[in-house]
Amino acid sequence: MAENTRKLGLIVNPVAGLGGRVGLKGSDGLHVQRKALALGAVPHAGDRAIDALDRLGRVADLEIVTWSGAMGEDAARARGFSPRVAGSSKSSESTADDTRAAAVEMRERGVDLLLFAGGDGTARDICEAVGEELPALGIPAGVKIHSAVYATNPLNAGELAALFLQGRVSALRSAEVMDIDEDAVRRGQISAHLHGYLKVPVRSALVQSLKAASGPGEEAAMAAIATAVTDSMEPDTLYLIGPGTTTRAILSRMGLDKTLIGVDAVENSRLLANDMNENQILASIEGRKAGRAKIVVTPVGGQGCIFGRGNQQFSPDVLSRVGRENVIVVSTQDKLNSLAGNSLWVDTGSRKADEMLSGHLRVITGYKEEAICRVAS
Amino acid sequence: MAQRDITRERYTDGKPNLRRYHQAKWDEPVIFELSVPGQRGILVPEVEPDLRAEVGDVLADIPSGMRRQAPPALPELSQVAVVRHYMRLSQENLGADLNVDIGQGTCTMKHNPKVNDQLAASPKLSDLHPSQDDATVQGILEIMYRFEQILKEISGLDRFSLQPGAGSAAIYANVSIIRAYHKARGEADQRDEIITTIFSHPSNAACAKTAGYKVITLYPDADGYPDFEALEAAVSERTAAILITNPEDTGIFNPRIADFVDLVHEAGGLCSYDQANANGILGITRAREANFDLCHFNLHKTFSTPHACGGPAVGATGVRNELAKYLPVPVVERDGDHFHLDYDRPDSVGKVGSFHGVPANVVRAYAWAMSMGADGLREVAEIAVLNNNYLLAKMLEIPGLSAPYAEGKRRIEQVRYSWEKLAEETGVHSEELGIRAADFGLHYWTSHHPFVVPEPCTLEPTESYSKADLDEYVAVLAHVVDEARNDPDKVKTAPHNCTVHTIEHAPFDDPGQWAVTWRAYRRKVGGEEQEGT
Repeated sequence: MAENTRKLGLIVNPVAGLGGRVGLKGSDGLHVQRKALALGAVPHAGDRAIDALDRLGRVADLEIVTWSGAMGEDAARARGFSPRVAGSSKSSESTADDTRAAAVEMRERGVDLLLFAGGDGTARDICEAVGEELPALGIPAGVKIHSAVYATNPLNAGELAALFLQGRVSALRSAEVMDIDEDAVRRGQISAHLHGYLKVPVRSALVQSLKAASGPGEEAAMAAIATAVTDSMEPDTLYLIGPGTTTRAILSRMGLDKTLIGVDAVENSRLLANDMNENQILASIEGRKAGRAKIVVTPVGGQGCIFGRGNQQFSPDVLSRVGRENVIVVSTQDKLNSLAGNSLWVDTGSRKADEMLSGHLRVITGYKEEAICRVAS
Repeated sequence: MAQRDITRERYTDGKPNLRRYHQAKWDEPVIFELSVPGQRGILVPEVEPDLRAEVGDVLADIPSGMRRQAPPALPELSQVAVVRHYMRLSQENLGADLNVDIGQGTCTMKHNPKVNDQLAASPKLSDLHPSQDDATVQGILEIMYRFEQILKEISGLDRFSLQPGAGSAAIYANVSIIRAYHKARGEADQRDEIITTIFSHPSNAACAKTAGYKVITLYPDADGYPDFEALEAAVSERTAAILITNPEDTGIFNPRIADFVDLVHEAGGLCSYDQANANGILGITRAREANFDLCHFNLHKTFSTPHACGGPAVGATGVRNELAKYLPVPVVERDGDHFHLDYDRPDSVGKVGSFHGVPANVVRAYAWAMSMGADGLREVAEIAVLNNNYLLAKMLEIPGLSAPYAEGKRRIEQVRYSWEKLAEETGVHSEELGIRAADFGLHYWTSHHPFVVPEPCTLEPTESYSKADLDEYVAVLAHVVDEARNDPDKVKTAPHNCTVHTIEHAPFDDPGQWAVTWRAYRRKVGGEEQEGT
């Protein structure tokens, strides 16, 4: 094998997206998939993967490692590749177990990038199997895409994968894997939870003009935000730190460990509790004077939501006790800019709490840098 | 022999054919690599013995601590080698005198009349020394004084300094004046916040930050205009000032600018008008009428002096009478027919540049403004706006393009477009369109980083370019977009007619790899040991 061969892992979840066009709000679980097929749903995740692979033809010495049949082999062959088939699904109907087994095998085989087609459920399976151990990128093919690990369309997924394999894009960031409870949605409730992170490639500008000096990167931006928050921390005040990589940087700066997908509490530079639920949070703020408990949150999931997605521990009850003036919102400027003119928003499940939080809020975007952002409910 | 219509041979279906451009490539080494020990461009004659005897050892007058121990490591070349070197480099460039330079929006790339360069190069100016006595430089002082009067009329403000070395230096001077004002009122510690908008020039945020202020950035409202409610949420007793560009870099004029100014004044802050985008409003609106306290102009934009690869330039800083005592020193004062430099200004923020700035650019700008006249300056703005809205209409005919924010409204002098739809449809990104446009001899720029408008492209046609120029630019972009749809690899593998191909981006973000001097290059690339200090 040539020394500079690039290895791409490819996993297609063939049943992703099945439930969408037949109105089933998702495709998690065999019974829903069977129901969707019975309603006339046509699998299209394979086609989405074929569209993405269109961009990979120009990568020299590319080896595709994939799973048999509809889980990737078919798509690769349809695009003229001769993939290395590393395994096959256990039954004729592929399941979440197959996705997880394939992801682990790809990691063992040392692929440079894991490209997968699916939805939030697929991202969750891959996250559970390999986490942030290897670079991964999603081709959007599912009904639910709340996770920030997906490109905006198959073409762009293929393009970014090609640039990454060619070495023209090398930066990686931790992107949220979100999923909603499909049964709850079918009952009319939306409840998106943060399950973890995958390391996805980030495309910055390919070339740059002299006038367009780029910033020092996301990590430095988060470190600057962390310094701004820790510098302004007041004594004898409880800081409830919400989930996210931007908020994690705050605890890192304090030398403390953060629950990436949970709420942690610090006071006087000490960690009081990890991964708190609503009741533990309520207990921790019980009896404190106004202003002696603060919440630090960052928009989760790449869509600008600050309360109600991935941080439901901050319940309407918690929010009304802490008060709007004690909510500290932090976000990198890149994240705000990616909202492309849309406001931040909240969906706490309580109209009263939503109204309390809406309007204009200060967002810490760096050291001595803040933005005024609209919050919609 | 049958007659040929030779005037139509460059056209197809009534439209001009795209240019068959190819950039030159000379593989020219760095000038230090061309150095030949002992080679000289000019042989300076030996000093005559009589003269030497009379003057003695001139170097003996220089304190030994200030004398070099070894001569500077300058390249040694013949005159012809130097001329050839720089001519070759100039051919590898795509400068303002070569292309339809409307693709560097926000920079106001207008034509720099050559006669003004001749004036600036005249020995009457170039032989002057900044340390000369005022009495011997009355001419340039008079020009600086007169140009200040022109800027006062254009802005409505009361005094100007021409010392700052460019727009950002002028903004920094303004921030320094703002700080001095609050300090004099005993509020310097309390007022530690400066407000700006995301589509103001980034120099506003940068200068405020450099001066130690906390920067509060406003995002546009739902209609794409600067958000007044956001400003209401931002102002407080901590507000030192607002620094704001209008029209913003989207080409949108803030219709509530006077309300913005009033609100900041009510909170006790000052208002500074970044006039970097003044080219579309000359003679139409003024800083005074919107009640601003300070402003600045970039002479290399609105007033046609060359951009000169980032300097030396002039950023003219203007203030109301109440703030005049804080202006940088010196200022030019008139006393009857005599002009002098006034350094005796105890409240001044000090110097923001050396001596009195870059007089050569003041001469160019003065000559340009005088050649235009008051009516001509207004006509500049009117044509710039007309050109921009013509270009906007033609550009929006290209499928896949939009002009986000305040959609459907006209713009002032520039537009920040978005190719988001095209990128979604084809996977071809804005920078890639620009690289392909270079294959037709055109420069194209995206936007400042970070990108707020997705897949941005910023065009500013100014008044300098003809309808035919604008049509050529649009025709090239339309062609490139057509390629993005039908032959995307051709765009993605561009440039094909330029000699420098895709540049690796990562090293730009890594100071460890930067080699901005020959010495650093030898050390970082050649592995030479660092010389002792």
